[in-house]
Amino acid sequence: METRMELSRRTFIKFAGAVGAAGVVARPKPAAASALHPVNTPAVLVDTTRCAGCRGCEAACSESNHLPGPALQGQDAVFSKSRKTDVKVYTVVNRAKADSKQGEARYVKSQCMHCLDPACASACLAKALEKTSAGPVVYHPERCLGCRYCMVACQFDVPKFDFDSPSPYINKCSFCAERQEQGLQPACASVCPTGALQFGHREELIEDARTRIYQNPDKYVHHIYGESEAGGTSWLYITDVPFEKLGFRTDLGPTSPPELTRTALAAVPFVLTLWPPLLMGLYTFSKRRAEASKGTDQEAHHD
Amino acid sequence: MTDTTFDRGFDTRSWITEKIFMGMSFCDYLKSLLTPTNAIFALILIVGVPIVIYRFAFGIGAATNLTQVNPWGIWIGLDVMSGVALAAGGFTVATAVHILGLKEYQPIVRPALLTGFLGYLFAVIGLCADLGRPWKLPVPMVYSYGTGSVMFEVGWCVCLYLIVLGLEFSPAAFEWLGLRKAREWAVRMTLVLTIFGLCLSTLHQSSLGALFLMMPHRVHPLWYSGYVPVFFFVSAIIAGMSMVIVEGGLSHRVFKSQLNPNDHGTADTLTLGLAKGAAVVLFAYFFLKLQGLVDGGRYDLLLTPYGAWFLFELLGFVLTPCLLYAVAVRRQNATMARWVAGWTVLGIVVNRLNLSVIAFNYNAAERYVPGFMEIMVSVTIITIGIITFRWIVNRMPVLHEHPDFPQAH
Repeated sequence: METRMELSRRTFIKFAGAVGAAGVVARPKPAAASALHPVNTPAVLVDTTRCAGCRGCEAACSESNHLPGPALQGQDAVFSKSRKTDVKVYTVVNRAKADSKQGEARYVKSQCMHCLDPACASACLAKALEKTSAGPVVYHPERCLGCRYCMVACQFDVPKFDFDSPSPYINKCSFCAERQEQGLQPACASVCPTGALQFGHREELIEDARTRIYQNPDKYVHHIYGESEAGGTSWLYITDVPFEKLGFRTDLGPTSPPELTRTALAAVPFVLTLWPPLLMGLYTFSKRRAEASKGTDQEAHHD
Repeated sequence: MTDTTFDRGFDTRSWITEKIFMGMSFCDYLKSLLTPTNAIFALILIVGVPIVIYRFAFGIGAATNLTQVNPWGIWIGLDVMSGVALAAGGFTVATAVHILGLKEYQPIVRPALLTGFLGYLFAVIGLCADLGRPWKLPVPMVYSYGTGSVMFEVGWCVCLYLIVLGLEFSPAAFEWLGLRKAREWAVRMTLVLTIFGLCLSTLHQSSLGALFLMMPHRVHPLWYSGYVPVFFFVSAIIAGMSMVIVEGGLSHRVFKSQLNPNDHGTADTLTLGLAKGAAVVLFAYFFLKLQGLVDGGRYDLLLTPYGAWFLFELLGFVLTPCLLYAVAVRRQNATMARWVAGWTVLGIVVNRLNLSVIAFNYNAAERYVPGFMEIMVSVTIITIGIITFRWIVNRMPVLHEHPDFPQAH
């Protein structure tokens, strides 16, 4: 009897210790469900029917971000092959694979889409990539480990890694977050001569885009790219050629990628609170059984 | 005065001779290292270590075939994903013995814990080669918590579990050093450590799979599933058990001198016990994978080359070893069980590589194939891991009991 009391007390202390230890690490809380969807989030509406392919946006971006000037500036040859953003190229304008019905060339600008609930920021374990409350998805280089999870998590292949550097960083468009703080437009939108890039509030731009499609139903494709893709993006596109011909992924559903991992993260506190008592129960059970069988053995010996 | 100094000097030297050189003089010890195996290890290190230095001096791009399109390669797929899965033997065996009370497996607890500890340690070292700025590892640990990130959970769990494994194995080190008090304290923590270890393992083994949940646009639909975290956890148990069998089989050949001759029969019994367990878990895993296939509903893709590869993994690396394990148990053939374990381990590596490399970015414009330097870095890290394992087993009471601590494990 004495020993049993002793044992159960010790077991209890161990149990308490295990649960306490579990409590200490029960920290990974999933971000508040379905991030921010503010009405007034800054956005850009790209109307490809208005883009002349002048690449002024590229030049403005390079200048504003202190990057080398755009490749083959002012030369049509640049459109001979499709380019991608890179470590020192935050935005590129490509010629679409199809012309409009009237035979006009179509161009498409690509850069970070600044998702409403971005995969990259949710992927980052050090908050080096962060969705700011103002809207832009920004990068804090001093926090970055260089794990490149953001690169594979992004559906738009936006974050670029400096593979040639021994101390590499991620590079991508910041939506000119600093300029926006000063009340300025992003550099690219501020120089667009044709109005193809229109900076404003997201909800208003979506209304505007809908109106254009409604008033020109034969011209536009009846879809605003970015309104729902991957949970919605701050960059929105309308066009009169099929979106695949512009190089867009058309297989992205309306679910934001971080939504896909929230269930898994929500399981963490459950594992940490349910496993220890369950295992303690199993332990007590197996110990009792072992003691009981030992007792039987000894009795058998006595006989 | 002089005598004491001399004595102290003598003590240190005899301590080093006994603990580090295994009772040999320095010259004899060096001579004992001249073996064919060590020649191969030395060759690997002579080629591999400069490549590791080259990678840190000139960046990841210079040493790998990784690109903006394929930013993840075998350093993630093999060193981290597979390494962590194969190191699952530690928590599996510790749980069986300390929680479920299967005391007959006591002799393999320490080898399993050591395999686990070194598996994690070298997975983290491999990760450091892959990270662009590994010196920033303390950032998510100390002040910038990305709590919404699965990677954050994996990072924290792996870090904590590495400490737990170190503590779980520490009694062996304390016995080697003759630190009786410290050993007692470490042994007293066994139950708490085992429970904590299982919690952490449940979390990060599954979370390594949860990393892919966010990437339906990268992972081939046959491998992508909402159940990936469950697949990873269950297959880690299989990998852990099989790895313990493989490691036990190899240890019994390599460290013959350390073993009691009548340990051999015990080893066969334990191997068959583990094989039986692995067969059951593999059977469950096979049906889980079938559920994943049904849930995805992409039967049409089974007729593509990727489909053939998927079926090969499912039938060749899951169902086949499941059945062969069962046959080995039925025939009481431990040697067969060891071969099946080797095949199963290979199957888990193939599975992790499928998720992170082969069926990953399957629709990308360019394919990734690891380069020579990348492979050499992985081989070098694994080699250093094996050398460390051997160094510890030769000195600490892992495969046998310490004469001063009988019945200790």
